[in-house]
This record gives sequence, C-alpha cells and structure tokens, in this order.
Amino acid sequence: MSARAPSRTDVLLAAADDELILGWRDSEWTGIAPSLEEDVAFSSIAQNEIGHARALYELAARELGGDADALAFDRRPAEYRCCPLVELRRLDWADTIARHWLYETADAVRIEDMAASDWGELAGLARKIEREEAYHRMHADMWVTRLADGEERARLGASLEALWPYALGILDGKLRDRFRERVAARLAWFDVAGEPGSEHARGTHTDELAPLWDEMTMVRRSIPGAQW
Amino acid sequence: MVTAKRVWAALAELPDPEIPVISLVDLGVVRDVAVDGDRVTIEFTPTFLGCPALEVMRDRMADAVRDLGGTPDVRVVLDDSWSTDRITPEGRAKLREAGFAPPLPRAAGEPALVQLQATAFRCPYCGSAETHLENLFGPTPCRSIRYCNACRQPFEQFKTI
Repeated sequence: MSARAPSRTDVLLAAADDELILGWRDSEWTGIAPSLEEDVAFSSIAQNEIGHARALYELAARELGGDADALAFDRRPAEYRCCPLVELRRLDWADTIARHWLYETADAVRIEDMAASDWGELAGLARKIEREEAYHRMHADMWVTRLADGEERARLGASLEALWPYALGILDGKLRDRFRERVAARLAWFDVAGEPGSEHARGTHTDELAPLWDEMTMVRRSIPGAQW
Repeated sequence: MVTAKRVWAALAELPDPEIPVISLVDLGVVRDVAVDGDRVTIEFTPTFLGCPALEVMRDRMADAVRDLGGTPDVRVVLDDSWSTDRITPEGRAKLREAGFAPPLPRAAGEPALVQLQATAFRCPYCGSAETHLENLFGPTPCRSIRYCNACRQPFEQFKTI
C-alpha cells in the first residue's frame, strides 16, 4: 500500500464497497433467518445498504468517470476497498448480530464525519443515509439488549471478541478512537483494547471476498455491456 | 403551453408506485418545478435510497411532462431535504384510509426505539392506541410492522425519517 493520504474518492469508495459487500452478506439471510421477522429485517437492511452503496458510487462516478454499476461490478476483487469485516460469511446468529452492531456503531462515526465534509453533496447524502441508518442501529441495539444475559451474553461476547480486531479495521485514526469510545460506553463488560493486524485492515482481503464477487458479478459478466 | 401550474397538476395525478393511494405530490418528493420555454426542470428528492420505485417515479414524471408537450429534465437530489414531514396532510389522510399508519412528525427529533415501542400509534382500522411494534422493518424500506391488540390486526406503519 502507498503511504499517500486517501483521496476523497478513496474515502467514498471505501464506504460504498463496505455497504455493497455487507448488503450482500445481509441478504444471505433472506429465507433462512431464525425467525420470519428477522428474515424481513435483514432483507430490508440489505436493500438499504445496497441503496447507500449505489448513491455513493454515483457520486464517485462523477469524479472518476464511468457509472455506478461499473464501479460496483466491473472491478477485480483486489481493487475493492471494503474492510475485511464485511467480507466474512458467518451464518451463526451471534456472529451476525455482533458484526451488525459493531459495523453500525462504526458506520455512525463515519457518517457523522462525512456529514461534516466541506464537499456539500457528500455531506447532504450522508445526512440522508443517516436517517435510514438510525433504524439499523435501533435494530442492532435491540438485539444487544436482548442477548445481554446468561448463555446469550456468553455467545455474543465470544463473537464480539473474535470480530473485534476486524471491527478495528473499519476506521483509522481519530475515527477509530471515537468508535472504540462508543463501544466501551455501551458495553462496559467488553475489553476494547487492541489494534487491527494487517489481515484485519482495509487494503487487504480475506479469502471469502473472491467467491462472493464471483457470485455477485456472475450475471453481469455473462453478457458484457447488456442493458437490463 | 406548458406552465408550472399544469406540471404540478399533472404530477399530482401520478400515484406512488408502491402505495398507489398517495400521489407523488402528496408524498412530498417533488421539491421544485421550473419552466423555461418548453423545458421543464423537476427537482425530485427520493424517499429511501434503496427504493426500487425511484426509477419508475423519475420516468413517470418525465412522461407526464412530455404529455404536456414539454421537454423534461428530472434532477434527482440526493440529500436530506426530503423527510416524512413533507408528506402533506391530504397524503396522511389517504395513507390512513388505505390501512397505513402515517409517520410521526420529526419535530421531536430522531426516532428512538423506546418511542417506537410505546403505544402512541393508532390502529388505522379501529383507532385503538393499544398497538405494539412487531418489526422495525417491513415489506418495503419505508414501512415498519405493528400489531393492534384491540382488533387483532397487523398493520403497516410508515417509518418516520
């Protein structure tokens, strides 16, 4: 990785790729979630996240050329800027809730930062995204409350611990510090120390991204340039 | 001759693709209409970013302008200038008649879970306030699911955003 400071489109693509890939992972619960209500919830959250990705890609495409679909689907897996946390395929409910809550908590910090941007269009879009994300956070937080005791707490705690180094890879610098403070404020029993290893940080990818990409882009690659 | 008034009237006839009882004007997604000769610029602020009805709304507005003999330029504005507070009083009444509980005003600030779980929402069928939140999410991005304990009927609640 180069040492240069990330450009404003790098920041935009990182957020867009996170939302697209996590949206894809969330959509994998459609039809198989542990309850019908959660089937509906994760399907709807996935739809929102992919909608956010689309809007962010559209803004990025105006700077970089091309269009939102090309940015979303025509890059090679290694070119995506998503963080490893969102790539993980974890069909365990405690892992799913732990990732959901950690991601939404970090994403809130990032959205606040974007909303304060002097790039007016990005700030406006971030404020719109925030209106929808507020519901994701309420949902994630409701689950953290529901799993707060006994065996549930033990399982959630184990999942949070396993995913924590990855969660630290979502944000850098001051934003990461702010994220850490919020996790500590909500979960007094959870140890928020640590730093992400190179395998958890943005810029690297897990082995789980390539199969996801293969499936996600399959139809588009089948007939290049087709108008759907 | 295309006039802003005629364009607004035509847009008021366009139903929301997913909740057809309410028009795009009732929904408050038309922010501005500007007419310059036969060129009609519409500023459109979508509801939810992942709403699949977005393209349909945009294309129908463009068609409506063409039907009036104008040349449409529908600009999609992606900022927070739309909120559920922009749904008109007529729109709220139409939602209620169709079995949707309208959104709460945002005046009270961000919606909070405790507020949504409280029994402040009236059942659009029987009017009882004895309702509870079943799911923050529903069949489309803009809806939550509630249940009326009085008439034992689930109903859809337009999210406050």
